[in-house]
Amino acid sequence: MQIYLPIAEVSVNIFLLVGLGGIVGLLSGLFGVGGGFLITPLLMFVGVPPGVAVATGANQVVASSVSGVLAHMRRKGVDFRMGTVLLVGGLAGSAGGIWLFNLLSRMGQIDLVIQLSYVVMLGSIGLLMMQESLRAINRARRNSAQSHRRQHSWVHGGPMKIKFRASGLYISVIPPLLVGFGVGVMSAIMGVGGGFVMVPAMIYLLGMPGKVVIGTSLFQICFVSAFTTYMHAVTNQSVDMVLAVILILGGVIGAQIGTRIGARLKAEQMRILLASLVLVVAVKLTLDLLIEPSELYSLAWGRR
Amino acid sequence: MTRVLAILALMLSLMAGPVRAAEEIVAGLSQNRISITAQFNGSQILIYGAVKRNEPEPQTAPLKIIVSLEGPSLPVTVRRKVKTGGIWINRDKVEVDSAPTYYAVATSAPIGTIISHTEDLRRRITIPTAIRSVGASGTVTDSGAFSEALIRLRTRDGLYKLSEGAVDIVKDTLFRATFDLPANLVEGNYRVRILLYRDKVLLDEATETIFVRRVGLERWLANTAEQQSEFYGVLSLLIAGFAGWAAAAIFRFIRS
Repeated sequence: MQIYLPIAEVSVNIFLLVGLGGIVGLLSGLFGVGGGFLITPLLMFVGVPPGVAVATGANQVVASSVSGVLAHMRRKGVDFRMGTVLLVGGLAGSAGGIWLFNLLSRMGQIDLVIQLSYVVMLGSIGLLMMQESLRAINRARRNSAQSHRRQHSWVHGGPMKIKFRASGLYISVIPPLLVGFGVGVMSAIMGVGGGFVMVPAMIYLLGMPGKVVIGTSLFQICFVSAFTTYMHAVTNQSVDMVLAVILILGGVIGAQIGTRIGARLKAEQMRILLASLVLVVAVKLTLDLLIEPSELYSLAWGRR
Repeated sequence: MTRVLAILALMLSLMAGPVRAAEEIVAGLSQNRISITAQFNGSQILIYGAVKRNEPEPQTAPLKIIVSLEGPSLPVTVRRKVKTGGIWINRDKVEVDSAPTYYAVATSAPIGTIISHTEDLRRRITIPTAIRSVGASGTVTDSGAFSEALIRLRTRDGLYKLSEGAVDIVKDTLFRATFDLPANLVEGNYRVRILLYRDKVLLDEATETIFVRRVGLERWLANTAEQQSEFYGVLSLLIAGFAGWAAAAIFRFIRS
């Protein structure tokens, strides 16, 4: 069954869209990532113009992250204080990112920057996580006694210490602000929620316990992606509400199922899964850059 | 005296545009209004008509007809990937000021046998002549390759099409041609052009307009997104937030 999307101005199979939304929602509930790094390329693949894909993807991320946050809240998996600090950094970063985005667009290099930052970010984070979780699994298998490692790194020093009770942390407010800021910049430039960067940063950089990481990440993502959606709707008029509603329908269901599955998986297994997924996308994007494309030319509407 | 009359007659006929010959087009459309609804999945347009004659049909050369359908024109940017430092990136670009979003030509015979190249350039009938890449921005030397790419990509998407022999002529009087409009249609006025040729000479030209419009919810959403974008943005967020909450609530209800 085909449906015509009024803003994207294309007709797409409705079940395909529900399925896409479902996959992204599943990832969102499972890993605490918004799934923006998957939904945008997937939508473009089915024929939605890139501008509309980015903006509508952000709108869908709002719905799936709200749903995910609520599910995690009941399991006491959201550190609101940490989330708020990350959010403050995130909104500032997002505003800075939009400024940078416009600057790069004027220089005509935005496409390259987007592609390269995807490859670099996804590649390094994927490798880092893979290595870390494999090591953790080996350690668990050898049953060595050094199970709980919470060494105090430079991150835990610094001024303006705050107690994050849900995370069991007493650290300076500056590192989480910087993490939030970095994610905000990325979100504006790459059109993603940034969960796939934030989750590892929270685990490895801030040393937050696994059970609050995902809920807190989703809490921050739902506000940052709401901000992004609104900015796109106002400046580019590129949010397609019909497309968003269909994706949301699939996404909210996927997110709920993902949260349930996530509760049953071990943290290490989950990290390996997420790491493999991130690496697959990174490899795909790298190949796109290296292999000569079959069509060298591409079209874009003059007005978008 | 007769000479003066002949010159006058010639001048009059020149002022009247194409030679007002004894053959005229009477045309019709299967529909002159296309509504884009949520279920819209392309449309088919039948363009038909007859050749009206005041005198017996000339036996010089066979009658030939060209029918074209042209969508609204919009600016478009064509980009080309170039290998730079080992990676393929978009580097060169050409901004085409105006290119039809849809352009289809149907003819009753191979196009070369109907019109001359000069006639094609004058009336902009074939696809390459219908796209004028006037605004090719400076950085590129081979802008022709970019217009070719534009045509190639749009042809692949079914937006540009040349169908030689797709106009049926019955008994040198009745003609018909069908056009398949794709689902990714741009809103606007679509111009139908019917050209009547005999021996590479234009005998008559007729134009019609098809109105393509979004209707109902589709129209409301598109208008709101454009004219009240703040409201539209907030509405999108409210829907998304509500859907997220509702899903969580429903799943909790199911589980309990």
